[in-house]
Amino acid sequence: MGAYFSEIFLGLKSLFIGLGITFKEFFKPVVTVAYPYQTIKMSERYRGHIELIEDEEGNPKCVVCGMCERGCPSGCISLASESVEYEVEVKGEMKTKKKKVLTKYDLNFTTCSLCGQCVESCNFGAIKFSKEYNLASSRKEDFHFDLLNRLKERNS
Amino acid sequence: MSGPIHIRPDETFTLNVGPQHPATHGVLRVKMEMDGEYIVKAETVLGYIHRMHELMGENRTYPQVLPNLSRLDYLGALGYTHGHVLAVERAAGIEVPERAEYIRAITVELNRIASHLFWFGAFVMDLGGFTPLMYAIEDREYILDMLEAVTGSRLTYCYYRFGGLYNDVDDDFIAAAKAFIPRMRKSLKKYDALVTGNIIFRKRLEDIGPISAEMCRKYGATGPVARGAGIDFDVRKNEPYSVYPEFDFDVPVYHECDSLARYKVRMDEMEQSLRIVEQGLEKLPDGPIMPKKAPKLIKPPAGDYYQAVETARGSFGIRIVSDGTKNAYRFKLRSPTYSNMSLFDEACEGMMIMDALAMMGSLDLVIPEIDR
Ligand code: SF4
Ligand code: SF4
Repeated sequence: MGAYFSEIFLGLKSLFIGLGITFKEFFKPVVTVAYPYQTIKMSERYRGHIELIEDEEGNPKCVVCGMCERGCPSGCISLASESVEYEVEVKGEMKTKKKKVLTKYDLNFTTCSLCGQCVESCNFGAIKFSKEYNLASSRKEDFHFDLLNRLKERNS
Repeated sequence: MSGPIHIRPDETFTLNVGPQHPATHGVLRVKMEMDGEYIVKAETVLGYIHRMHELMGENRTYPQVLPNLSRLDYLGALGYTHGHVLAVERAAGIEVPERAEYIRAITVELNRIASHLFWFGAFVMDLGGFTPLMYAIEDREYILDMLEAVTGSRLTYCYYRFGGLYNDVDDDFIAAAKAFIPRMRKSLKKYDALVTGNIIFRKRLEDIGPISAEMCRKYGATGPVARGAGIDFDVRKNEPYSVYPEFDFDVPVYHECDSLARYKVRMDEMEQSLRIVEQGLEKLPDGPIMPKKAPKLIKPPAGDYYQAVETARGSFGIRIVSDGTKNAYRFKLRSPTYSNMSLFDEACEGMMIMDALAMMGSLDLVIPEIDR
């Protein structure tokens, strides 16, 4: 009999302790964000999909060394380049030289694991992470980014 | 179908729990042969989301496998990458600066708390209580914010590098971590009053779901499951790695072998992790976070290497057989949940299904880590 009542008493006690805690929490300020209307600032090091960096003239800094393409574990970067001839003056003489120019920088974001190997392996500081995270679509084609095009659009 | 189903009193039926079941925290199927509400026999069926991480480790270079390791266990990802970098560093003989080691220990422990917090919430939810999950997620969010600020991602971190770290921590992180410790201690007290003292919770777990030390040894269970069965084993203490010998912390061990013991081990572990973080922040030395001559191309000399670390779920081992090339010849992972799960079949025999699910919750399963 005594055990029966003490059990009821214990049950009631733990019920009131629990209710007390939830009651206290009820008056705490709200911590959630009303997402589509409010957004939070992304942290400094947030990793979105990668983006090309431009030089002063607005051209990509990339020299098409291919390190990022080779370093990527998921194989989501594909590059293409063509070599163009250009003239430089060396000791008063005009000489033609060749250099590679980026013609295509495609990122297949559907398989990217945002590991950061590409940005790390680039010795020329030509790519960075963007801060974009509002990427939602039901079509996977929307995640094939033409980064060169994006760069041009940014500049225009 | 029409008409009621008649089951003869002596007849058993098969019940499929999963593959997509809220109590299994992932894609796990348990085929249960039931006699009414009692389990006669259970059979765990794995492999629904197998992703061949081990094979990928063999046909990719060492740095390329780094992001994979954090995909094993999305709740305590840093512990797994820690194991990988330690294994490769030992194999290739790479020195790690002290500051990097400390930051690793701090971030791993924070990640362990985050993992335990989420487990705590999900476990109580398995038993029917929803509110604690919300409180746990709020606390966990502080850790995720801190870790995001240093690593750049929220769950599947790829932060450690062979020889050090991707980038250094800043003063903001240190301040945030210092402010987090008293907050978390207060929260732990709150959880104690709200959940541990709750009579319904205790009655659901006390003396239910026995997993003995003998069974743990038989199946190779480690981590909180083994420590809840009275086995005093923690890789951080027994086979120290990194800077763990520098820290003063205890290994919580309970001898009751029931679901409540495993719960208590994890709750105490959070407190111990807080202690480690506190000491780590105090002792954090200045200096570089990468060695001066960090090798770009990693080619460990031919040999067989093994490294174990203590993750939130138990002992995670990584074995690398190198033939001196830039990718591993054999890459084998020993993940803790796999062994913890294997004992479930035997342990749940003769139990009521609700108790068995509570026991499953107390094992702290993360299925991607089994189906790696
Ligand atoms: S972040 Fe990683 S997976 Fe993504 S493109 Fe760069 S290297 Fe490839
Ligand atoms: S590593 Fe840098 S410079 Fe080389 S191809 Fe990639 S983006 Fe261009």
